[in-house]
Amino acid sequence: MKAAAFDYVRAEHLDEALDVLGREGSDARIIAGGQSLMAMLNMRLAKPRTLIDIMRLPELARIESKGGTITIGAGVRQASLQEWPELGRDLQLAALALPWTGHAQTRSRGTVCGSIAHADPSAELPLVLQALAGEVHLRSAKRRRRVAANDFFVGMMATTRADEEMIEAVSFPAVHKRSAFREVARRHGDFAIVACAAVATANGVRLAVGGVADVPTARDFPDLDGSALDDALNGFAYSLDARDDVHATARYRRDLVRMIGRDLMREVLQ
Amino acid sequence: MSRLQAGRRHSVRFSLNGKPCTGEAEPRLLLTDFLRHQLAATGTHVGCEHGVCGACTVSIDGKPARACLTLAVQIDGCELRTVESIAPSPDRLGILQSAFKRNHALQCGFCTAGILMSLDCFLRAHPRPDEESIRDLLCGHLCRCTGYTPIVRAAIEAAAELVDHGKEKTDA
Ligand code: FES
Ligand code: FES
Repeated sequence: MKAAAFDYVRAEHLDEALDVLGREGSDARIIAGGQSLMAMLNMRLAKPRTLIDIMRLPELARIESKGGTITIGAGVRQASLQEWPELGRDLQLAALALPWTGHAQTRSRGTVCGSIAHADPSAELPLVLQALAGEVHLRSAKRRRRVAANDFFVGMMATTRADEEMIEAVSFPAVHKRSAFREVARRHGDFAIVACAAVATANGVRLAVGGVADVPTARDFPDLDGSALDDALNGFAYSLDARDDVHATARYRRDLVRMIGRDLMREVLQ
Repeated sequence: MSRLQAGRRHSVRFSLNGKPCTGEAEPRLLLTDFLRHQLAATGTHVGCEHGVCGACTVSIDGKPARACLTLAVQIDGCELRTVESIAPSPDRLGILQSAFKRNHALQCGFCTAGILMSLDCFLRAHPRPDEESIRDLLCGHLCRCTGYTPIVRAAIEAAAELVDHGKEKTDA
């Protein structure tokens, strides 16, 4: 199918983008890499009257690492983050998850913030943001605010972003603890049936799961093993309210959460 | 700031396979349709129109990209390369194409243009790839005929040949 008609605005300053967004609200959509939005437009699941292209704004295309926080601007492509030299050291979980994020042919254009804005429950980058308890930096013509990942995702492709706001950046704490990531999908790079991310914490593991609940969901576990661990994982798997769909049954998803969860916890705690 | 109005055609300037090119596009026009219908460059194929199959893959500023997830107006000022740039001349196959032919890496050919463009971008950046990285790259494409193995073989052969013919690489 083809997209419905829209005006295309090429912003040359951030203020222009915010101004149009402030005036047109939900009739306007920001387009960055377009790797999620264009498919929505082509299928007419989204029919904005105006698209605001922010990819010619150099101030948004920056990755900044300061005081233990890594801030990734709205114009940073997934491939650019993958090539960022500090990635393996400071953001190991993202380094593990990026090869699973779409394909090389979509990471070349898709942005980190775009995937988070799209908030697909099975997407990898929202999962990483949730696992690391990162923040989303929202900005409108009138104000700026930061929202914790856990408050940002509120449902399937639904977030707390207001119509006149755009994501200016997302930030992650630099984490030097062990991390692990694993995903099961029909084809490498397709949307996950289940994706899990684990990060060692001071007294255990934080495990985050995507592809099961409506939003990526994280839970902190103490350092357990044996049947105590099985029970904890089983409780977590059930709490996610898995559903059957064409790709997998709810039961299979719960199985994956239990099995992958166990493997990853072992991996980061060893 | 420029606002390109819906329903009107706007001029787009870019470079297509090394030559300056100008066309006109409505904002909603996809790069695939722009190439095929306005510029008659029908080498780029269209399968799914939502980024899944890879048939439409082209090179934008040297990086592989889905033409079906790109608006024609977005490529203003960019360097675009399509499968039409792969052969050195209309009657000669490029190194990648010959390797595909030798290895039976295509049957119906529907997926081939996109795969050639992905491999072309990839081999320029990674002249000595291993099989795993080629398979990883091919995850971004669907081929319903070959079973992929001949494509992997062709890619590895072509990579070796491209290294030998270092200077021919630019027109391969
Ligand atoms: S037509 Fe573009 S990916 Fe299928
Ligand atoms: S050769 Fe037919 S789809 Fe690949």
